[in-house]
Amino acid sequence: MSAAARQVAPVDPRSAGAMVSVRSVSKVYPGGVEALNDISLDFPRGQLTTLLGPSGCGKTTLLKIVAGLLPATSGEVLVEGRTVTGPGPERAFVFQDFALMPWATVLRNVAFGLELRGTPRSEREDVAAHYIAQVGLKGFESKFPHELSGGMRQRVGLARALAVKAEVLLMDEPFSAVDEQTRRKFQEDLLQLVVNEQKTFIFVTHSIEEAVYVSNRIILLSRRPSRVMRIIEPDIPRDVSPDQIRRNTAYLDTVESIWQGLKQYLD
Amino acid sequence: MIVFGYKLPMATSLILWAILWEAVGRLDLVSLIPPLTSVMMRFEEIVPTETFLDALALTARAFALGTGIAIVVGVPIGVVMGRSAIVDRLLLPWVNVFVSAPLTALVPVIMALFGFGETTIVLTVVLFAIWIVVLDARAGARNISASLVEMAHCYGATPWQAFSKVYVWAALPEILAGIRLGLVRAIKGVIIGQLVVSVVGFGYLFEIYQSNFLMEHLWALLLVLFALAFLIDGVLGYLEKRVEYYAAAR
Amino acid sequence: MLTVSTSRAGRKAGTGWQAARRHLTHPLVFRLLSSVVVFAAWEYAGRKPISASFPSFSETLVAGWEMAADGSLGAALLITIVPLVIGVTISAIVGVIAGIVMGLDRRAEWLGVPVFIVAQAAPLSALIPLLVLAYGVGLATKVTTVCIMAMPVIVLNSFKAIRNTPTSLVEMGHSFLGTREQVIGKIILPAASPVIFAGLRLGLASGFIGVVLAELLISPTGIGDLITYHQSIAEYPKMFAAIAVVILLSVIFISLLERIEILLFRPEKRSVA
Repeated sequence: MSAAARQVAPVDPRSAGAMVSVRSVSKVYPGGVEALNDISLDFPRGQLTTLLGPSGCGKTTLLKIVAGLLPATSGEVLVEGRTVTGPGPERAFVFQDFALMPWATVLRNVAFGLELRGTPRSEREDVAAHYIAQVGLKGFESKFPHELSGGMRQRVGLARALAVKAEVLLMDEPFSAVDEQTRRKFQEDLLQLVVNEQKTFIFVTHSIEEAVYVSNRIILLSRRPSRVMRIIEPDIPRDVSPDQIRRNTAYLDTVESIWQGLKQYLD
Repeated sequence: MIVFGYKLPMATSLILWAILWEAVGRLDLVSLIPPLTSVMMRFEEIVPTETFLDALALTARAFALGTGIAIVVGVPIGVVMGRSAIVDRLLLPWVNVFVSAPLTALVPVIMALFGFGETTIVLTVVLFAIWIVVLDARAGARNISASLVEMAHCYGATPWQAFSKVYVWAALPEILAGIRLGLVRAIKGVIIGQLVVSVVGFGYLFEIYQSNFLMEHLWALLLVLFALAFLIDGVLGYLEKRVEYYAAAR
Repeated sequence: MLTVSTSRAGRKAGTGWQAARRHLTHPLVFRLLSSVVVFAAWEYAGRKPISASFPSFSETLVAGWEMAADGSLGAALLITIVPLVIGVTISAIVGVIAGIVMGLDRRAEWLGVPVFIVAQAAPLSALIPLLVLAYGVGLATKVTTVCIMAMPVIVLNSFKAIRNTPTSLVEMGHSFLGTREQVIGKIILPAASPVIFAGLRLGLASGFIGVVLAELLISPTGIGDLITYHQSIAEYPKMFAAIAVVILLSVIFISLLERIEILLFRPEKRSVA
């Protein structure tokens, strides 16, 4: 089945077709909880697509299914045309609670993905050092996670995902466990990363502002059992300063319209 | 564990072990292990006898009295330690020493002071149980969140009201956990006490069976004691679960 | 609620007082103070006397010194340590492996865990007469006693350690394509090590109980012999001294193990140790 057959949004002329395709995915947990209901989506190559929705709506579930960490009850996920049966080298996951090994240094944590692949030590440490510097943690290679702040730990998690040079980066509410100032800085850095790295990003968040700020494309999911409510492509100039984006009228209007749409689904 | 699609609860493996025991016993593979069924037949012989019932009564009295003392003395001390830094610093090193020390070694001391009777057993029980009760009561008292304390003050609670309506309940899960561990240790203590003194209660029975090479009687006695211990532990676990639901949300 | 009253000290101006107060409330000072209080009470109780068979602190100290000087203490300790070390080592190796296997494999868990849960709640000391009946009064029985006392807690701790590995770490391992062996070796085992080690410490404490029991109940050797012998001839200072030594020894062994544990596994606790 070709990627062009089922599309919910107009084809983006920049991408050569969707990088990741979700086809009629449903997920029912043992015990009967229905998390996802017949979801079909496309994630265009080279863009940052956000899954946005109220807490518990299944966006993390969908992300983990794409990652291959959870099996779908029905439906399938295709990455570059190939069906997902489990985790794969072309997809890397960034965890909400960082998932760092407390007994390992920053260097070893970042190099861990490569270590599991059997990359020789000096090579993987070089790659790790490069990405540690890239996320702004140069000098912290021999520190342990407990010596780092929450924000720094998440950067380690991000560096680890970058180090394996995956095509698709899956981020599960990566900034929710850090403070507001750090979070804003991360969002700005993420924008820069998307431009530099040319990878496909799938981002999960429950913050509307965050979604509008960083995304090329926002997919609004409804309450459980999730279905796709709306797809929005924020039309915001990204080449201005970060602070100017946050005051841009289009940004503010988009945030407001999403909020109005989501309000009806809150308790 | 799933067999033929049915989920087997954990305890069922004990049935398997019981069958194994029976087999090993019948085949006379290990001198230590007689067949389970012959052990169980000894129950009838042992349990209704006067010596056994006396020993059981002694054990029950010493256990109840000993743990009662340990709780009544230990919980307040632990709570005071938890709320007062000075008392804590004075007593904590000793509590820590005794909570993991071989208390068995102190039984001769108690014997030297109090003789070979029931008093020694009671004190042994107190000795075994009290340290962990103190330690966990202290933990419970320390874990009373500062905001609960402030809340009590804020709504005008008198010291007694604050203590009985808030602090005790806030600390209760840990206190109960400590009591449960204390009771488990008390069971060990009451047996060890009787074994070391050896002329009272079950210690006496063990001596007799041992010197008369009555292996099956020994096993029967053991099983009865194990069953009692397990029962008490189970009851306590149930009580603890009743209080557990709010433990995480404090 | 008791609070430490510092108002008067606080009102005293000047750094001299504050520095002095800081020194006075240092934890080490309190430890020393509480030891002094306890030993003084012991001394008083011995002199009063509470009972003819309760020696004072100084008497016990002297007796202990005598036994150390004439070598009887040292010889006894050596004899006692043998079944302890053998038993705890066996329990540690077998117990940790068993616990890990039960943590990783559901069938092993089903088979093993109920047995050890029963063992932990039960008064295992009651098994000693049985062991004596079956195997006599030699070293083997004592080693077995130590093993019986130490193994349940080691096994259950190792089991729980493996079971309680944070799921997100395991997921992380899977997401980076770790094989089962890699996930077990690089993630589960290191994550479980601190709790396993704590179990070993508890096992050591239980082993001490086992060896003391063995020596008091099975056949007096080593420290147990010193205790029972001096008890029988009413030489209470020496009996108390022997008991104090065994308790001191267990405290030393266990804190040693705790130090090693902190050194190996908890870099964040090193400065607080």
